[in-house]
Amino acid sequence: MTIKAKPERKPLISLQNIQKHYGEYHALRGINLEIGEGEFFSLLGPSGCGKTTLLRTIAGFEDIDSGSVMLAGKDMMGVPANKRPTNMVFQSYAIFPHLTVAENVAFGLRKSPLSKVEKAEAAEAALNMVGLSGYGNRAAHALSGGQRQRVALARALVLKPKVLLLDEPLSALDRKMREQMQVELIKLQREVGITFILVTHDQEEALVMSDRIAVMFEGEIAQCDDPEVLYRRPKTKRVADFIGVMNFLPATCRHEGGKKIVNIVGLGETEITEEQCPEGFPEGAATVGFRPETLTILYEGQTPTHREAPAMIEEVVYYGDMTYYDVKFDGVDTPVRLSMRNLFGRDVLEVGTRARISWSPGALVVFG
Amino acid sequence: MKTLKTYAILYLVFLYAPIFLLPLFAFNTSTIIAFPLTGFTTEWFTALLDITEMHSALFNSLKIAVTSAVLATIFGIFGAMASTRYHFPGQKGIMGFIMLPLVLPEIIVAVSLLVVILKLGLSTGSWSVIAGHTLICTPFAIAILNSAFAALDPSLEEAAYDLGETRASTFRRVTLPLVMPGIVSALLISFTISMDEFIIAFFLTGADPTLPVYLFSMLRFPKLLPAVMALGTILVVLSILLITIAEIFRRRGAKRAGLKDTGGFL
Ligand SMILES: Nc1ncnc2c1ncn2[C@@H]1O[C@H](COP(=O)(O)OP(=O)(O)O)[C@@H](O)[C@H]1O
Ligand SMILES: [Mg+2]
Repeated sequence: MTIKAKPERKPLISLQNIQKHYGEYHALRGINLEIGEGEFFSLLGPSGCGKTTLLRTIAGFEDIDSGSVMLAGKDMMGVPANKRPTNMVFQSYAIFPHLTVAENVAFGLRKSPLSKVEKAEAAEAALNMVGLSGYGNRAAHALSGGQRQRVALARALVLKPKVLLLDEPLSALDRKMREQMQVELIKLQREVGITFILVTHDQEEALVMSDRIAVMFEGEIAQCDDPEVLYRRPKTKRVADFIGVMNFLPATCRHEGGKKIVNIVGLGETEITEEQCPEGFPEGAATVGFRPETLTILYEGQTPTHREAPAMIEEVVYYGDMTYYDVKFDGVDTPVRLSMRNLFGRDVLEVGTRARISWSPGALVVFG
Repeated sequence: MKTLKTYAILYLVFLYAPIFLLPLFAFNTSTIIAFPLTGFTTEWFTALLDITEMHSALFNSLKIAVTSAVLATIFGIFGAMASTRYHFPGQKGIMGFIMLPLVLPEIIVAVSLLVVILKLGLSTGSWSVIAGHTLICTPFAIAILNSAFAALDPSLEEAAYDLGETRASTFRRVTLPLVMPGIVSALLISFTISMDEFIIAFFLTGADPTLPVYLFSMLRFPKLLPAVMALGTILVVLSILLITIAEIFRRRGAKRAGLKDTGGFL
């Protein structure tokens, strides 16, 4: 079953049943995926799940056991990396240390029919695009991490590839630089309109940047969706756990007169809808998941918008703009996490305080 | 701590004192190699200019050393690439056998090569010395080039390939410039090893002796000893110069490539 590109996008890349072994190790276990033109697509998963292998398969650096890679309607079987309309930004950036910045950027233009002047102009334009205009004559080895990253981007984009492949491009940068580059990359992608495929193990980064995210575990795609769908309606407990924070509580499910009823330990009974059960409605024992921001502490005099349950505050983590509370619902042993915005005039509560918690049945996800 | 210091000093004296004696006697007026020194002269150096057999031995040595150095470095590049860039069954064993001449007594290499050459009905000559020297220099070249290739990020080569270069042009535009300091080092070290190698040259040289072999034959004539000292002095100075140049190259290369200096071969 292939994961299709969105209907509004023309499919550009089509991967069919990609299988890859490293010796005994089964690194890619049947990848079926379509990626659309102009899409910002992310491959997200824990270290070792096969993201880089899949990216390198698209680039033409890996010999796969079976399956096909189609790029812009052409079968890439037997087409080596230097003949594919893809370019890669390597995790180490792979800036040529013996060349200047301009020589690095113009590296791939050697065989192009452009004149020498045109090549220099193209390189300068690419540098300008990544915010490094005027850096052309600098020695590449003297650049900072962020600058290397930009040179690597310019070097790949100057060739106007159909697809830009980025392998954990921001993981070597410090937090501030990383957040700045995330925004710049999004802008850059919109500007050039090229399909970007980003590999990352950072779920926040994937959520911030992507049009669509494929979550991978052990060489398989577990779920492929928009960031919002992925966050709100994860298909499995494992995906739910990997993306952001998800609380889990045990529950039992039953049908009652055509209604789907779930009885959650500590919270009580509620009716749920079909789409809250991505794996199908489980009859009997189940687990419900809910995000920290779907729970709210009710202060004196506030009435719940949805349902209410009493709890005890076990742990308080203050973040400045937010406070995270770990609370135990009465009759439940496992604490759940909730997050509150620190509005002006609202006190941060102390450990051991009893509180009324408002929760929303519509925000639950039920897993079998 | 104190004994260690004494030991280190004694060791250095033992190592370098004989070398300092060379110029001492090379500039001494007496033909007898003994203290006390009798006076200063440069006559032994000018005498070198008249010994024509020595000149041909020198040129023979240069020819052999240059050829062996080039061959050993080329084989060294292949060997270093095989050991750092690829993985194949039996790799460790094969690399071990290639590096073996590093510790193999040269006399064994010399005698076995001689036996093979004679059994094949060939005659010895410069070519056989070149073969022997290439054999013993290759492991040194591999050792130097291994570290040069290992320090090279493989994604640099992949990046060049990804940007449209072929395997060959990637090697030319990226790999070669980045390992060039290693190549220059390997050439100079191999050249130096070949220049002063005696045993293999002694067994395998034909009618034209190499410089060390010629020097050895000269030792039978006490009259010529000071000239030998003069020649030795020149060789020592040249060797130091060459090794220094090799090291400067290596450091400059490492700096240009933005690599951290890891000490290198020297
Ligand atoms: N060249 C290789 N030889 C053997 N195993 C490899 C090789 N490359 C990757 N692997 C293995 O394949 C798995 C997936 O690797 P990779 O695609 O790099 O993961 P990711 O990028 O998601 O961290 C890992 O378990 C890794 O050890
Ligand atoms: Mg990876």
